Amino acid sequence: MQRIKPSLAAGALRGTWRSSSNSAARFTTLRTTRTSRPPASQHNQFRRSPVSPLTQKRNASSSSSSSETLAKTPLYELHLANGGKMVPFGGFHMPVQYKDLSVSQSHAFTRERGSIFDVSHMVQRIFTGAGAAHFLQRVTPSDLERLPIHQSTLSCLLKSDGSGGIVDDTIITRLPDQAGDGGNRFYVVTNAGCRDKDNEYFDRELAKWSDRGEKVVQEQLDGWGLVALQGPDAEGVLAEALADHGKVDLKKLYFGQSIYAQVKMHGMRVSSPLLISRGGYTGEDGFEISIPGDETVEVTEAFLATGGPDRVRLAGLGARDSLRLEAGMCLYGHDLNEEITPVQAGLSWIIPKERRTPEAEFYGAGVIVPQLIPKSKGGAGVSERRVGLVVEGAPAREGAEIVSRPEGKKLGVVTSGCPSPTLGKNIAMGYIQDGSHKAGTEVDVVVRGRPRKAVVTKMPFVPTKYWKGTAPA
Amino acid sequence: MASIARCLRSARPSGFSLVKSSPIAARVRPFSVSATVLEKRYTKEHEWVDLSADKKTAVIGISEYAAAALGDVVFVELPEVGKAVQAGDPVGAVESVKSAADINSPVSCKVTAVNTLLEEKPGTINQLPEDDSRGGGWVVKAKVDEAGATEFEALMTEEQYGEFTASSEGEDSH
Repeated sequence: MQRIKPSLAAGALRGTWRSSSNSAARFTTLRTTRTSRPPASQHNQFRRSPVSPLTQKRNASSSSSSSETLAKTPLYELHLANGGKMVPFGGFHMPVQYKDLSVSQSHAFTRERGSIFDVSHMVQRIFTGAGAAHFLQRVTPSDLERLPIHQSTLSCLLKSDGSGGIVDDTIITRLPDQAGDGGNRFYVVTNAGCRDKDNEYFDRELAKWSDRGEKVVQEQLDGWGLVALQGPDAEGVLAEALADHGKVDLKKLYFGQSIYAQVKMHGMRVSSPLLISRGGYTGEDGFEISIPGDETVEVTEAFLATGGPDRVRLAGLGARDSLRLEAGMCLYGHDLNEEITPVQAGLSWIIPKERRTPEAEFYGAGVIVPQLIPKSKGGAGVSERRVGLVVEGAPAREGAEIVSRPEGKKLGVVTSGCPSPTLGKNIAMGYIQDGSHKAGTEVDVVVRGRPRKAVVTKMPFVPTKYWKGTAPA
Repeated sequence: MASIARCLRSARPSGFSLVKSSPIAARVRPFSVSATVLEKRYTKEHEWVDLSADKKTAVIGISEYAAAALGDVVFVELPEVGKAVQAGDPVGAVESVKSAADINSPVSCKVTAVNTLLEEKPGTINQLPEDDSRGGGWVVKAKVDEAGATEFEALMTEEQYGEFTASSEGEDSH
């Protein structure tokens, strides 16, 4: 069994990945076939991604051969220059760590100071058009009509077969609408490893939707950068890096909200207005910044220079994985898949009250909504659910069986696990039979053939530090 | 579970070297308190084995190259004393934050002692992976029979292993 998580994921996910150039082709197709009006105005906050000669070349070569060339994010050279150890992940060359810090050190640095993660491999999409909110409410259980502008929500794409299974998890942000948007503009970020699958999913669903007469246009921000600045020093570093320093009050930008702001670059220049969202995948306070491809290096360098090595360092997939696990967050393809519903995944909270009726027109509502009510209260409930585990002795990794203690009867399986650098304990998440899911339940986890004592534990394992306007913990 | 080699392969950076191939492998060669060391040999999976002059006892551990590439080791699993293994069977495991790797026995042997220091201070295996003294990062001591001694002969010498790690880095950098 492969055990190095990022590479494992890369291996597991590569099957669904063909070539990033698909998206370039798709973008062109969408523009020509789905947009009945001229593409939205030039004053888009998101400039449309040009199909660069490079992309076209890649596109051409990939159509003539089936070679699986890995794509590069705009920060590829910067990773190499900083000693990034590159591995394939989600179809890209991605840094798993950098030479200055070990994974544990980088992890600790994120919790204590600040880290910059290149997450440009993730897929950034924009949905616009009169039907955009309604369309996204069909494929996700979120309430997007009521989502305030510049507010984000965690969500998931649901299988169209009505089974309630999760096609991918995603963050959806409502953006200020612009001329031609039909009052709707949504920024949707999905996983790199699901790019092809999600493209097919959206294409199919948009084709079905076209019968409705409510226009929906999809764009991919192909070649764009997405950079996460995470940790206690993230706010200070970002505030200093912003142009018009002092004009934007980051203290008033709360977790789950976003703004457009410009970052100082070399000389006297400033970046385009960048979408800056407060949140991330580490459990720390932080920001994710969406950047046009040609400005990604300069903006990232601005963060590094502003913070200096005492406040901010580059961090890779290794630290990202252990940080998200401590924060109790799922990694698609491991903790989530098409056989798991949001309720089983412990993500019921992403379904707002208004949509908890079987009549709600999202895919799988007929399965998901009854699951929301436990069996003990007359509902369907779920037979297994995602839980956290603290494991004694050896760290439990993906695939380790969870069994009853001391009988050894199979109760479930670990889907992610590692030694927690913050806690000095082995943490894991996995799926366990309903009934054994309560915090404090003692079970065994089988590692290398031996049972190891484990306790079902509430997540997050490490308290999250999201900025919600109260005094920071 | 993956062998160390497999773990390293999947973590191997593309385009440049993951770890500087350390010429200091022989630096920490403390005086052994056991029988005089005949020779140290290495496996392709990055374990080392020292065979005593009488070819009856051996010490096994992981190479400096492996220790550096695996990163901070936070847990070492040790076998039970008395366990008999064939060459290639696991005699333990090393876990870092990002990976877990089996330690496979380079030769057929029977475990006579395990390095319990690694249970308290797993990081020792990063600091002194090829040290077979008290306080070092060796993993197990074992009794070896004739078959084991023959298997030993087929393993790589220190020089060969140095070339092996240098070349396997090169071929992987696509």
